Amino acid sequence: RLGSVRGVPGSSPPGRRARPWFPGISCTSAEAREELRRRLLGLIEDNRVMIFSKSYCPHSTRVKELFSSLGVEYNILELDQVDDGASVQEVLSEITNQITVPNVFVNKVHMGGCDRTFQAHQSGLLQKLLQKESAYDYDLIVIGGGSGGLACAQEAAILGKKVMVLDFVVPSPQGTSWGLGGTCVNVGCVPKKLMHQAALLGQALSDSRKFGWEYNQQAKHNWETMTEAIQNHIGSLNWSYRVSLREKAVAYVNSYGEFVEHHKIKATNRKGQETCYTAAKFVIATGERPRYLGIQGDKEYCITSDDLFSLPYCPGKTLVVGASYVALECAGFLAGIGLDVTVMVRSVLLRGFDQEMAEKVGSYMEQHGIKFLRKFIPVMVQQLEKGLPGKLKVVAKSTEGPETMEGVYNTVLLAIGRDSCTRKIGLEKIGVKINEKTGKIPVNDVEQTNVPYVYAVGDVLEGKLELTPVAIQAGKLLARRLFGDHLEKCDYINVPTTVFTPLEYGCCGLSEEKAIEVYKKENLEVYHTFFWPLEWTVAGRDNNTCYAKIICNKFNNNRVIGFHILGPNAGEVTQGFAVAMKCGLTKQLLDDTIGIHPTCGEVFTTLEITKSSGLDISQKGC
Amino acid sequence: MLQCATDPAAQLGKKVAVVDYVEPSPRGTRWGLGGTCVNVGCIPKKLMHQAALLGDRIRDAPHYGWEVPQQVPHDWRKMAEAVQNHVKSLNWGHRVQLQDRKVKYFNIKASFVNEHVVCGVTKGGKETLLSAEHIVIATGGRPRYPTNIEGALEHGITSDDIFWLKESPGKTLVVGASYVALECAGFLTGLSLDTTVMMRSIPLRGFDQQMSSLVTEHMASHGTQFLRGCTPSRVKKLPDGQLQVTWKDLASGREDMGTFDTVLWAIGRVPETRSLNLEKAGVNTNPNTHKILVDAQEATSVPHIYAIGDAAEGRPELTPTATMAGRLLAQRLCGQSSDLMDYDNVPTTVFTPLEYGCVGLSEEEAVARHGEEHVEVYHAFYKPLEFTVAERDSSQCYIKMVCLREPPQLVLGLHFLGPNAGEVTQGFALGIKCGASYTQVMRTVGIHPTCAEEVAKLRITKRSGLEPTVTGC
Repeated sequence: RLGSVRGVPGSSPPGRRARPWFPGISCTSAEAREELRRRLLGLIEDNRVMIFSKSYCPHSTRVKELFSSLGVEYNILELDQVDDGASVQEVLSEITNQITVPNVFVNKVHMGGCDRTFQAHQSGLLQKLLQKESAYDYDLIVIGGGSGGLACAQEAAILGKKVMVLDFVVPSPQGTSWGLGGTCVNVGCVPKKLMHQAALLGQALSDSRKFGWEYNQQAKHNWETMTEAIQNHIGSLNWSYRVSLREKAVAYVNSYGEFVEHHKIKATNRKGQETCYTAAKFVIATGERPRYLGIQGDKEYCITSDDLFSLPYCPGKTLVVGASYVALECAGFLAGIGLDVTVMVRSVLLRGFDQEMAEKVGSYMEQHGIKFLRKFIPVMVQQLEKGLPGKLKVVAKSTEGPETMEGVYNTVLLAIGRDSCTRKIGLEKIGVKINEKTGKIPVNDVEQTNVPYVYAVGDVLEGKLELTPVAIQAGKLLARRLFGDHLEKCDYINVPTTVFTPLEYGCCGLSEEKAIEVYKKENLEVYHTFFWPLEWTVAGRDNNTCYAKIICNKFNNNRVIGFHILGPNAGEVTQGFAVAMKCGLTKQLLDDTIGIHPTCGEVFTTLEITKSSGLDISQKGC
Repeated sequence: MLQCATDPAAQLGKKVAVVDYVEPSPRGTRWGLGGTCVNVGCIPKKLMHQAALLGDRIRDAPHYGWEVPQQVPHDWRKMAEAVQNHVKSLNWGHRVQLQDRKVKYFNIKASFVNEHVVCGVTKGGKETLLSAEHIVIATGGRPRYPTNIEGALEHGITSDDIFWLKESPGKTLVVGASYVALECAGFLTGLSLDTTVMMRSIPLRGFDQQMSSLVTEHMASHGTQFLRGCTPSRVKKLPDGQLQVTWKDLASGREDMGTFDTVLWAIGRVPETRSLNLEKAGVNTNPNTHKILVDAQEATSVPHIYAIGDAAEGRPELTPTATMAGRLLAQRLCGQSSDLMDYDNVPTTVFTPLEYGCVGLSEEEAVARHGEEHVEVYHAFYKPLEFTVAERDSSQCYIKMVCLREPPQLVLGLHFLGPNAGEVTQGFALGIKCGASYTQVMRTVGIHPTCAEEVAKLRITKRSGLEPTVTGC
C-alpha cells in the first residue's frame, strides 16, 4: 500500500494493512515487468521524497524519522505489505543497483540507503536537493484546452499546483477556427444539440397545430439567424472558460505545443513566435479532428463538422458522407430544418452501437425524408458553380461492384471518422508511444503513457470512449491522483450516452451483439417493446416507432447489462438508469419500481415480452 | 382496477367482473371506462400541458431561426376535441381489452348488500345482483366542492369538467394549492388565458416546500397570478354571465372582489365510499377521511374484501401505484406470488409549466427522520442548454439531492425542477431503489448535454453555504 505522510515532528507513519499493491499484476511476463518498472519510475518521478522500505526494518524507521524531523512530506511503499514486494525489490535493484531497503529517492535523485541518507543530511546535500524543488517552470502543462484538458488543469490548480494550458486551433482546410473549450463546446455537443433543438422545434411547430395553435403558413427556417444565436452562445462559453482559468490562476497560452526534449515543450503562437516551457508533468489532451477521404476535391470543396456549425450561409441540398453518430446527427437536424439531405454509407450505421437500434434510428430518418445511399463511397468531388453555397458534383462508386453514380449537391459534409492530433506534437522526441496505425495513445489504467511523467486523457486515448463527460471525469480524477491524496481511477464501464438523431437513441452498457459475444445467447434474456409517447398520440405521429430494450444476464439474477431506448428525450431518460446500472440494476428491481405516469421512461417498469418468445410487441393504437 | 381484473381472468381463467359507473359531475360531465387517470386526470392533463408547452416552443422558435408570427392564437375547441377523441379511443381500448380477456363488464352503480353480494343499478334504474368470493373496491375519489360558499356548486366547475369543456374557460380563477390546482392553472396560463390561483396557505402540501415555492415562483414569472392567504366567500353570476367572486384576505380580514369567466375548485378530493353501503359488508373506514382502512395485503376489515387506489387509507393517490397494487393483489389472490406492494420511494412528477419530479424523502421529512446533523443536501441551480439560445429565464431550474451524511451517503430523496422532469426522475427512482449512494451517483458519467447530467455533477452542499449556481459548460 502506498501512502503519503506529512512529516511533522513526533508523528510516525500510521499502520498499514497488507494489500496487493498493483492488483492483477504478477511479474511473470516481460510485459508485466515492464509495467512494474514504469510504475516505480512514476513513483520516483512523482514524489519529492520516495522511500521503499519494510515496515519492520529499523533502518527504514530511522530514515522515516529523519524526514519527519525535517518536516518533509514523503511517500512510502512497504515491500513487506504488498503481494508483489519481491518483484518490486528486484526491479528496484535493476534501476539502482541496490538490493537492500530502505531505498531512498529525493527529487528523483537516488540517495541510497539509511547511512547514505544520513551522510547527505550531515553534508548538507540532502537539504540542497530538497530545496531544488521547482526545477521546472510548471508543475503541470496540459496540451489542449478541451473538456478533458481544462478539467484536469483546473482541478490541479485547485489543488495548489502551478499549471499551464496550451491551446491552439489549427484552422480547418476551409479556414474555420474557434476559441477555447475544444470540440464539445465549439464544434461538437453544444452546437449540435442546439441545432438538433432547432429541428425539434420545427417538429413542435407542426405538432402545435394539432394541439390548437393557429397559424397558417408553413414556417420557414432562417439558417443565419440560428447560426448567429448559437455562435453567440459559444462565444460566451469561450469567454467563461477564459475567466474560469484566470480565476484559478491557470496560465493560458494560445499557442501550439510541441515537445522538444524531456520535460520541455515549445509553444508557437499565431505569429510564429516560439517560447519554451518546462514542467514536471504533462497531460496530452489534444483530441481529434475530422478525417478527409483523400480523394480529388475533398479538402478544396467539402466541409466537415468543424465548419458546419459556423457556416455563414445555409448549406442547401447536402450530401453527408459517413454513418458515424456525427453523420447521422448532422443529417438529422439539416433535414429537420427543411433541407434536402442524402446520407452516403459505406457499410453499417453507427458502428459499435447496438445494430438493431442503429437500423431503427436510420429507418426513422428515412421515413422522415432523408435519403440513404448504401454501400457507396465517393471517389471525386468537382465544383460546378461557385457560390454560397455553390454546386458540387460528386462521383461515387459501389463497394460491391463496378457501378458508379453521380449527384449534384450544394454542400458535401464529410463525417467518416476522426483522427487523433498526436503526430505533430513532438511525441517522438521524448519517446511517447502511439499506435502507429490509429495515432491513438495507449495508457495504463491511471492514464499514464509509457513515459512516466506524461499522461493523456480524452479522445486521444486508445480503446477508450470518445465522450466529453468521460474526458472531464478522467481529467479531474487524474489531477486528484497526481496532486491530491485520491486513488480513485476513472471507470470506463457502463458509461451512458445518447445519439441526438431526430428520434434520440440513449444507451448504457452492452449492445445486444456484444452481450451475445461476451455471455452467449442462451444466457441472456432480452425484454423489449414499442411504445407510443402520449404527446405523439394527439400529434398523430407513428405508434410503432419508439422502442425500448433491456438485455439481462439470466445467470446473474437477471442483472441488466444493456439498456437501450429510442424515443424523445432519450438522454434525459437514460441518465438515471445509468446510475441504477452502476448500483446493480436487475429486472426484478425494474418490475418493483413504480412508473411516473405518463412518461416515456415508465415503459421500463412494465417490460414483459421477451425477444425469445417471439411475441408481437406492436402497439395497437393503445 | 382494470389491471387487477384483467390479469387473473386472462392468465388464470378466473371468473371476473368489473362494475363501473360514472356519476355525472354537478355540471353534468360524464365519461367512459378507465377511471380518473384516463378521463379526467393524468392523460388529458398531460396533453393539455403539452399544448401549453408547444405554445412556449412557438415562442422559442424564432430564436432558432424559424419564421413564425408572434402572438399565435390558440383554439381551445380544436385542442379539446383532439384530447377528448384520444380519451375516447382509450375508453374503447379498455372495453376491448376486458372483452379479450373475458372479463364481464357492467356499467352499473354498485353497493354492498352483504359481504359477498353487491347490487348494481343501471342508468335506467334496473337492478342486478352479483355475488363473488373476493371483492376489490377501487372506486377512487372525486373532486371536493366547498360546502359553505354560496354559489360554489351552481357556478363552479372542477377537474371533472375542465377537460371536457367544449368552449374555452376564458378568464379563470383556480381555487386551491394542490398539484391539480397548479397543473390546471399552469396549462391555462400557457394557453394564453388570464389565470389566477387563490390559495389559503402553502402550495403542494406534503411535497418538499423549497421546491414547491420554486414551482409557484416560476408560475408567477410565467404569467399566473396568485392570491395568497385568501379564501373565497361567495360566487355570484352577473347578468352578462360572468362570475363575481368575493374573497377574504386572511391576514388583513379585508374583502375583495373580482370577475371571472370560470371558477375551478381544486381544493382536494373525497373518496367515493359513501354510496357503497360499506357498513352492510362490515368494511371499516376512517370516519374523518372516509377512506377505507387496509392492511399490507390491501385487505379491509373484512378479509375477502380489498381496497386499492385512491379510496384506500394512507396510499399515494397515483395511477401507477394503484396499477401495481392491483396487479400484485391479483397475483396473490390467484396464489401466483406472495409479493406485497412497496409504497416507499414512489416517484412522481407534477406537470406544472416547469415540471417538478421527485422520489424519496423531502428535505423536511429527511431532517425529521434522521436529524439535521445526519442529513447532507447537495444542490444546484442550472441552465438547460436549450434555454440559452431561446433566452429563457432559468432562475427556477434547480436540483436537490437529499443524502445521509455518513459515507457513503445513501440517497434519501431526489428533487428535480426543470424540463422533462418526469423522464429525468424515472431512472433515478430505480437508482434509489437499488440503494444508490452519493458516491455512486458521482461515479456515473453524465450524458452531455442534458439536464439530467446535472444530477451526476452535484457538488455543493447546502451546509457549505457556497453559491450553488452552475456556471460554464
